[in-house]
Amino acid sequence: MPERVRVKALTPPGHVRAPWYLRGKTGVIERPLGQFANPEQLAYGLPAERRPLYRVRFTMAEIWGDAAEAPADTLDAEIYGHWLERVDSHAP
Amino acid sequence: MPHDHRDHDHHHFHHEGMSPSGHPYRGDNDGPLGYWQRMEIAVRELLVEKGVLTPAEIAAQIEAMDARSPANGAAVVARAWVDPDFKARLLADASAASREMGFDIGPLNLIAVENTADTHNLIVCTLCSCYPRNLLGLPPDWYKTRAYRSRAVREPRSVLREFGLELPDDVTVRVHDSTADMRYIVLPARPEGTEGMDEAQLAALVTRDSMIGTGVPRQP
Repeated sequence: MPERVRVKALTPPGHVRAPWYLRGKTGVIERPLGQFANPEQLAYGLPAERRPLYRVRFTMAEIWGDAAEAPADTLDAEIYGHWLERVDSHAP
Repeated sequence: MPHDHRDHDHHHFHHEGMSPSGHPYRGDNDGPLGYWQRMEIAVRELLVEKGVLTPAEIAAQIEAMDARSPANGAAVVARAWVDPDFKARLLADASAASREMGFDIGPLNLIAVENTADTHNLIVCTLCSCYPRNLLGLPPDWYKTRAYRSRAVREPRSVLREFGLELPDDVTVRVHDSTADMRYIVLPARPEGTEGMDEAQLAALVTRDSMIGTGVPRQP
């Protein structure tokens, strides 16, 4: 079963590449992409740590709720590991 | 622009600001340079002055960037249509497969996503305008607009309809938002009735939009 993750609903200042419309949304890891330099440091010319990057797949229903154009359509986005938290599938 | 003659005391020409064929003239770029324009000129002149680069090398690089066109991507797609092993390698690692065909794609991390009978893929970059330039050339202007970037993720089917592509309900739309280090190319489905065509003939059917997902290949 694919790993379920939630994009952290944070609003830090500065350059981040986790899109606003996906924050707090739950999806599944489509594939791991490897380690990439953290853009939140790169953007300011700072030495950047390498961080794991994942492709996460969301349903349109999860992102847009009742306003979804076609609920079963999907959206994949690349999200850094430090923006993701595991969702326990056994949670109530 | 609406004109109210009572408010005008200057001479009014019917075709004011228009070419003889009735099109507006593009204004001269007489405005002051922006911060980054000044920075670019300063860095470029310093690099030349210090002998790091020559103006000819800079011009050649600009020419090389301008010369990239969707024809490169089309060749990759056509190869995947005729060679199942290549297609498997393309879907596993699109960067390596493109290099294998001799395309200089630099450090680009490319992912190919395949359109099938039940899946249609669409590429967007909501944060800026990420695009596989090394394989498809410069992105079309609409790709960079706020309208495309915001609507492609919210109402992709409506956007596709405006591009002339009506997808049946049983086809799943998969939107790919290039939010970080990957770039995407759609591997469109091979059109029917192309069995007898060779790779070059097939490549001519592959449009730029079919590799972004806002279109499908031409019919032979």
